[in-house]
Amino acid sequence: MNRVAGRLMRSPEGVAGFCLLVLLAAMALAAPLLFPGDPLVIVGRPLTAPFTDPALPLGTDRLGRDVAAGLMHGARTSLLVGLATALVALAAGALVGTVAGLAGGLVDEALMRVVDAFQIVPGFLLALAFVSVTGASLPVIILAIALGAWTGPARLVRAEVLSIRERDYVASARVIGMHPAEIALREVLPNALPPVLALTAVIVATAVLVEAALSFLGLGDPNVVTWGSMIAEGRNVLRTAPHLSIVPGLGLVATVLGVYLLGEGLADAMAGREARG
Amino acid sequence: MPEPLLVAQNLCKTFTSRGRRVTALDDVSLTLAPGETLGLVGASGSGKSTLARVLLRLLAVDAGAVRLLGEDWLQLRGQPLRRQRRAIQMVFQDPLAAFNPRATIGGVLADPLRIHALADRAARPVRVGALLERVGLPASYAARGVHEVSGGERQRVAIARALAARPSLIVFDEPVSALDQSIRGEILKLITDLQKSEGLSYLFIAHDLAVVRLVSHRVAIMESGRIVETGPTSQIIDSPQSPAGRSLVAAVPRLEFPRAQ
Repeated sequence: MNRVAGRLMRSPEGVAGFCLLVLLAAMALAAPLLFPGDPLVIVGRPLTAPFTDPALPLGTDRLGRDVAAGLMHGARTSLLVGLATALVALAAGALVGTVAGLAGGLVDEALMRVVDAFQIVPGFLLALAFVSVTGASLPVIILAIALGAWTGPARLVRAEVLSIRERDYVASARVIGMHPAEIALREVLPNALPPVLALTAVIVATAVLVEAALSFLGLGDPNVVTWGSMIAEGRNVLRTAPHLSIVPGLGLVATVLGVYLLGEGLADAMAGREARG
Repeated sequence: MPEPLLVAQNLCKTFTSRGRRVTALDDVSLTLAPGETLGLVGASGSGKSTLARVLLRLLAVDAGAVRLLGEDWLQLRGQPLRRQRRAIQMVFQDPLAAFNPRATIGGVLADPLRIHALADRAARPVRVGALLERVGLPASYAARGVHEVSGGERQRVAIARALAARPSLIVFDEPVSALDQSIRGEILKLITDLQKSEGLSYLFIAHDLAVVRLVSHRVAIMESGRIVETGPTSQIIDSPQSPAGRSLVAAVPRLEFPRAQ
């Protein structure tokens, strides 16, 4: 583990991604300290330009809400949705993939057809449909995005499990009389996970973007500030106050870029490669 | 005559790959007495490893029966099967592949003790240390990762793992063929010494007779899924009857110098 961390910290993309994400996490954590209270309350004149009022460094939106507070609090939502979705998708995918790979036969066939069924519907449409039917709240949105994201990990885990279950160390575990459930959890799953962790970055980044898109369409949780809803707000005054869309847009770019870079660095570090170039 | 430890009768196993049927075991029968080593020799693909995996219940047979310690071994399922697995352990060919890459040596050796309730939690480290010393490794190795030690040491750990379950029979599937020539002798000596001190039965699989003759009381020769010849080691070495036996004996390197004409 230490070696992986060491290699990660020597690769330029790993360091860049790590720094970006630490910055964003600090923003998210510091949001309630720097901007206590609801970021959705009106604090000043509408459409204050950025850098004109020291109390409102990034200006205000059409309703006079603080853009800087929105940006910081929005980081909370985006990171929370990204990480929670990845967690749910990984847990579900690992479970289904392990069961399918180890059980084989009819169970495998049935589970993989369910995966197919989810995979042929675009993830965004699935999330859209789910949220429109059940109503928007943060847990529902997380579940909705995970609904389209768990199939990747499931396929990958199954493929790994199929290869690992033929290894001698799994045979050894059977020879010493280990229970099949223990074999699955202790011998197979931990060795099947590393390639799936590399996929996590893609899931987190996609989840952040899908959440923003849902909010942009007005299907986000109306009680929390999100970058997607800020962009949607700013869209109407794009010509006169472009910063209302650009500021949260930059937040999105930084998050997705950071997650991708860290994922890239992590995948390289786990594969035992030194930084390329 | 005491009851044999293991009796395998008429084992058959056929694999189908891409429409081609390959007969891996063709009516194989063998018996193994307590404290005896049966050497199983044959060319690659003759079905030796399949036989080992069948006897360890890692593969299902198409037909045949096996009695182990008087029980119908192939009919056991679930919990009774796992409990009985203690009696028959295996040492694999490639010691690197035979261990979970994340495992520590201590953890690997504690697993059989825990699963078969052979030592309670407090007594396990002591037993692990004793096992390591029995295979010629320092007890301090318990804290190391399996992948941090050399191939020969790792094979010693594999032997210790097999011993941990206190089996009646250990199946060795080419235990020295993945090792350096220089340490093969040590491992073979360890294997024979352990048999004398523990009274174990061995099924010792190898593809060359040179290794098998050092450890075996009896030898069985396999060719394309059948046992074509079986008998005491010296008899097979001195006068092999089957063509497969003759070619295996001829393949043993000898230190002989051609006589000057």
